[in-house]
Amino acid sequence: MDFGRISRRHLLQGGAALTLGTALGARGALAAETTIGFIYVGSRDDYGYNQAHAQGAAALKKLPGLKVVEEEKVPETDAVEKTMESMINLDGASLLFPTSFGYYNPHVLKMAQKYPKLRFQHCGGLWTDKDPKNAGSYFGYIDEAQYISGIVAGYSTKSGKLGFVAAKPIPQVLRNINAFTLGAKLANPKATTQVIFTGDWSMPVKEAEATNSLIDQGVDVLTCHVDGPKTMVENAARRGAMVCGYHVNQSPLAPKAYLTGAEWNWEALYPKFVKMIAAGETIPNFYRGGLKDEIVKVSPYGEAVSEEARKHADEVKSKFMSSDFVIFKGPISDNKGKVVIAAGTDRGQKDAELEKMDYLVDGVIGATS
Amino acid sequence: MTTDTADSAAAAAIAPAADPSFLQRHGQAIEYVLIPGAALAGALVVFGIFVALFGKNPLDLYFYMYYGAFGTWFSWQNTLARAAPLILTALCTALPAQLGMVIIGGEGALLIGALAATSAALALPWAPPLAVQFAMVIAGIIGGGLWIMLAGALRQYRGVNETISSLLLVYIALAILNHLVEGPMRDPGSLNKPSTREIGAANMIGTIPGTDVHWGLVFGLVAAAAAYILIYHTTFGFAARVAGGNIRAARIVGLSVGKLIMTICFLAGGAAGLAGMIEVAAVQGRTNANLAAGYGFTGILVAFLARQNPLAVIPVAILLGGISASGGLLQRRLGLPDASVLVLQGIIFVFVLASDALYGRIGFLKGKG
Repeated sequence: MDFGRISRRHLLQGGAALTLGTALGARGALAAETTIGFIYVGSRDDYGYNQAHAQGAAALKKLPGLKVVEEEKVPETDAVEKTMESMINLDGASLLFPTSFGYYNPHVLKMAQKYPKLRFQHCGGLWTDKDPKNAGSYFGYIDEAQYISGIVAGYSTKSGKLGFVAAKPIPQVLRNINAFTLGAKLANPKATTQVIFTGDWSMPVKEAEATNSLIDQGVDVLTCHVDGPKTMVENAARRGAMVCGYHVNQSPLAPKAYLTGAEWNWEALYPKFVKMIAAGETIPNFYRGGLKDEIVKVSPYGEAVSEEARKHADEVKSKFMSSDFVIFKGPISDNKGKVVIAAGTDRGQKDAELEKMDYLVDGVIGATS
Repeated sequence: MTTDTADSAAAAAIAPAADPSFLQRHGQAIEYVLIPGAALAGALVVFGIFVALFGKNPLDLYFYMYYGAFGTWFSWQNTLARAAPLILTALCTALPAQLGMVIIGGEGALLIGALAATSAALALPWAPPLAVQFAMVIAGIIGGGLWIMLAGALRQYRGVNETISSLLLVYIALAILNHLVEGPMRDPGSLNKPSTREIGAANMIGTIPGTDVHWGLVFGLVAAAAAYILIYHTTFGFAARVAGGNIRAARIVGLSVGKLIMTICFLAGGAAGLAGMIEVAAVQGRTNANLAAGYGFTGILVAFLARQNPLAVIPVAILLGGISASGGLLQRRLGLPDASVLVLQGIIFVFVLASDALYGRIGFLKGKG
């Protein structure tokens, strides 16, 4: 069965006997159970990027007729091609979730060409219409959740100094730093965000150093964009600072210090994908969304968050949920004084210019290079 | 150990027990097969116990290891593809070992080789593919070669320990790579994954016909065979081994030790640089941080397990390639964490190093028994 183009008619033809399993199952022999493969670049209990995806995989395991196979710590080399093929050949997987950004080109593209009847759902949002139709990429506007975190952080800071431990100065990361800062300035116009780039996605030693150095400079609320926020969260809490989480809910690591956080909501999205396939709908090859689309979410507020902060944050959150609230609304200037978004220009979430972001907004202390 | 006795029984069966001269003549050769084989079997038994402690059946473990690494044609290709870069990076440690030098910086030479090869390809956009590929090979070898030669020169002319310097050079190489990839050599289109421009599909070296294994495997086999001939069947190799055995004696007999060190280091680094070139030309198609996947470090393990013999590097690389190929299956079928493969590698390493003490001490192999 052509997995990429299962129409509603196909499903009806099959009648009642056609279960979710057979609808998904490109391989007849295993049709009773559909196998879905998840591939993670780090360990799936990292309290971060990979754990967020593993939580999505866990949500799929609860659905009947699905078998989920997982492999962690797969590097972004031909090893991931072999892992995908191994899942296809030895486990009979017909739907694959290679979840790391660097898997896409050339590895996912190569496999999608080689196995045109199977479906490859890549996280990162890179698909263009030149790419195979059985490959798709999805991503979330997590800067919306960072914006809410920023509001909470702006109310919670006493020194007015916020800290951001970041991996690399690439558009996705800069967008989070900027959204967090703009949110904080909503609560406290004088708030600043000091940013430190560690240079890579998983550098626990540098992340700990950055955390300590920020706190030494008077920062009292921190957040981050690295693969595993655990190091930052635990170190900041130990030093008595407050934290906003990232990727998943890190409140179990620091129950008192955890204010809120920007989380992925893959446990809502992945079952939605599977149901779409089973219902004969095609998943758009380029799939994006934010809070409203349940692709990202905000962690429940910690006990240290004031009433005022909750009220303001909830108010903005409801705007995100009900309309297309715009974070990057001109005039916005960068931290060197240059106007980057002119007055009267609204850069909505789908604006392609935001994907090329190469500046830090006014209020951020730090440099992109 | 049961396997040990089984093997020796087999050895006894080949050699008529009453003919001690057979053992005298071939005892050493038998040792080279028997002792590592027994060490490997011992490591597998210990790993089986380790896995049993996690409540998994060791027999399942052995089956899946075999199935994932060598059980099907797909498994074999998976294993060989993973072994290909390891053969070359292992030579980076095995060749200097002939001189008594411990070089552990193959990863750095691999990265510099990849950068040099990519630069060569990007500098020749008008050249026919064969010329580009040839230029890439030469550039990769020279880049990696000079990098390790630097460690050799520091040792020869400045007395710097080559183990430390070659390791530290890895971090310098990584920093250079990150700097160039995120700065001067960056493809402006690579927004969230800083990379160089692509070398172009026409310049890729492709796979061995009828398989999924790229040509890097052939490069590795040829390089290992050439290294073996160089070390054991040329006067240059003899001189190197003399210098490795006793450097003062080598000087007294008039060998140019400095020249030996520089040449061997260049060849060693050239092998790792070639591995980098192949990663670019056969897998990634460009240079980015994905290249630092640890092949250089696994190569050290391969070289030591092969007791620094360039020919023995081949089966050991295939063995470790097989372990990593089956690692995914162990995660998926037995639910073992990724780190279990590292545990197995560690156990094998300890067993093989410990078994070094047995050479020349097994009585019956000396024909005395």
